[in-house]
Amino acid sequence: MTTNGFALRADHVSRHYQMGSALIRAVDDVSLEVRAGEFLALLGSSGSGKSTLLNLMTGLDRPTSGAILAQGRNLHDMSQRELARYRRETVGMVFQSFNLLPRMTLAENVELPLRLAEAPRDARDGRVREALDRVHLGARLTHRPAELSGGEQQRAALARALVNRPSILCADEPTGNLDSATGESIMLLLREIQQTLGMTIVMVTHERPLAERFASRIVTVADGKIIGDAPTQANGGAR
Amino acid sequence: MKAHDLGELALRNLREAILRNSLTTLGVAVGIASLVAMLSLGVGLQELANKRLSRSGLFDTVLVMPKINLRGMGRPREADLANSRSLDDAAREELARLPNVMEVFPQLRFFSEVRYEGKPYTTMVAGIPDSARGGGSFDGIHGSFFSSPEADEAILQIEFAKELSDKPDSVIGKDLSLRYAERQVLPASTAAASRAPAAAQKGKNQSADSGDSLSGNAGGGFSIIPREKTLRIVGIVDTEPAGGFGGFGSGRLLIPLKVAETLRAAQANDLRDLVRAANNGKPAYASLSVRVSAPSRVEPVETAIKKMGFATFSLLDATNNLRIFFAIFDLLLAIFGSLALAVATLGIVNTLVMAILERRREIGILKALGAGDGDVKRLFFVEAGVMGLFGGIAGVGMGWLIGKAVTIGTNLYLKRQELPPAHVFSVPWWLVLGAIAFAVGVSLAAGYYPASRAARLDPVEALRYE
Repeated sequence: MTTNGFALRADHVSRHYQMGSALIRAVDDVSLEVRAGEFLALLGSSGSGKSTLLNLMTGLDRPTSGAILAQGRNLHDMSQRELARYRRETVGMVFQSFNLLPRMTLAENVELPLRLAEAPRDARDGRVREALDRVHLGARLTHRPAELSGGEQQRAALARALVNRPSILCADEPTGNLDSATGESIMLLLREIQQTLGMTIVMVTHERPLAERFASRIVTVADGKIIGDAPTQANGGAR
Repeated sequence: MKAHDLGELALRNLREAILRNSLTTLGVAVGIASLVAMLSLGVGLQELANKRLSRSGLFDTVLVMPKINLRGMGRPREADLANSRSLDDAAREELARLPNVMEVFPQLRFFSEVRYEGKPYTTMVAGIPDSARGGGSFDGIHGSFFSSPEADEAILQIEFAKELSDKPDSVIGKDLSLRYAERQVLPASTAAASRAPAAAQKGKNQSADSGDSLSGNAGGGFSIIPREKTLRIVGIVDTEPAGGFGGFGSGRLLIPLKVAETLRAAQANDLRDLVRAANNGKPAYASLSVRVSAPSRVEPVETAIKKMGFATFSLLDATNNLRIFFAIFDLLLAIFGSLALAVATLGIVNTLVMAILERRREIGILKALGAGDGDVKRLFFVEAGVMGLFGGIAGVGMGWLIGKAVTIGTNLYLKRQELPPAHVFSVPWWLVLGAIAFAVGVSLAAGYYPASRAARLDPVEALRYE
């Protein structure tokens, strides 16, 4: 699943936007290697370019220049169809605003990636239940997102991200919309998943204490550039 | 994504905005209903016209004449005279033996004075072959058709019956007497008379006394003797029955053809043929009607008859023209019917474009979860197709109801006008299936732009959308 022990590698990656006459360098010549099984935090203030870097890593966006390598392939060279498959099978995503589909029940939300991956119908129920059990929501299968607390919604989103058993989990400010206690429970869950499933986690956050406590490595981003890269002393620390 | 998953998601999405999607579907239904109603009217009218015309015998009948007779009162061309064959009993038998020929009969009609309850009336009498019994021309008859092909019975046209009595139906069962001019061969021309072929009686559908029904005893001459015959009135026809060219319609008093032949009534062309000394002294018919098994067989039969050396006339070209007319008529109706569908198409485009705006974030989520551009496109496509399918089914139902209403309304009007009922509407299976397929096709075409637009959405932008 990895290339030379790396789950992801950014090689002189830039993402520039033209806004009128101004050129916005959201990500500017960034090189970064994410090791397999690592819990990496991309730390930075708002507008630093950390979310853009994450979008490039998940294949939602394409770099202006440079290369993102995953599974030995440059995402830039992948077709739309291959990128969709990469997002479906290799990467799981969790967002700050949960992004559950409000009209669907939790079970249906979690089943959605299985539908997209064309998983056999008879296996789906078991996998949905397994994923929701993992985030302690096994009893809430038929509830709709609006009937759940913020923390529960984020756990459901986590179950949805895990249901296709990806090797990399990308989380964009997963605690940003939660109170500190709930946020901490989500971080504990993330760490548990990373340790039990051996997943690679890339988490974008602007909360340094949270990153220091749970991530094994912190990459600090400012003005589209990496200004710091250091391991932490967290429990799930670097391997 | 697999087809059933696409279908489930599409149906779920359609249910979520049920009011808007139902209204859009209703728009498609109205469009299809208008199209179905228009085309059903066209098809119904075409079927009605075909039915009426095929009943008239105009399209399965070939009129056979000697070539020289086609020149009418003018001078016959030398070439025609040389190639012409006499339309005699031998020819009649030969015609009857041709493949696909059902029957061959002469057109017999003559002026007569009718006496009914002591009063005289002048009218045209026409002979009707027994085959007209099942032809549909006499479907609306009051009373009955002739009891047998040789019965001394008469059927009256309603207008003539009205002349005879204020209560036309009361004349049924009563007798009338027919005064007519019998053509009798002169003693001086016994040689010519003896040539009248007795063998002619052997032919299929032949007359009982064919020699007397022939129009010319040329070479000799004939005298006109007034005769009288009593006939019982058995029926009255409301509509004018037709039986090929010249038809029975021009006769107001209809009698069995075999009876007409035995009357030896003088025919309109007798004198002309006598003066012209046509047919080389042999007796001949002025014309014969050849009834063919189906309108589609008319052409080969007509060709075969021409090869025999006769002139023919059929309404084959007129049938083709009728088909072209109805094709254009249907096209025009379809265009008018499609206008409503065009509006409905815009409705689908509008609904789906609105859905893209509303579901922008959802599209972003789907893409983040691994949906390809094709998945998103197909999802919107299926939604459009489902609206088209439901709209098509509902539209066909509505169109059928409109058709029923139009038929009821038309028949009420026809009843008031004292006309027989008619089916002016027809919804054949091909139209039902075609209309539903068309609705789905049009909806898919309408969904193409919105679906492509949804598929092209940038997932990062879409996820940012609130």
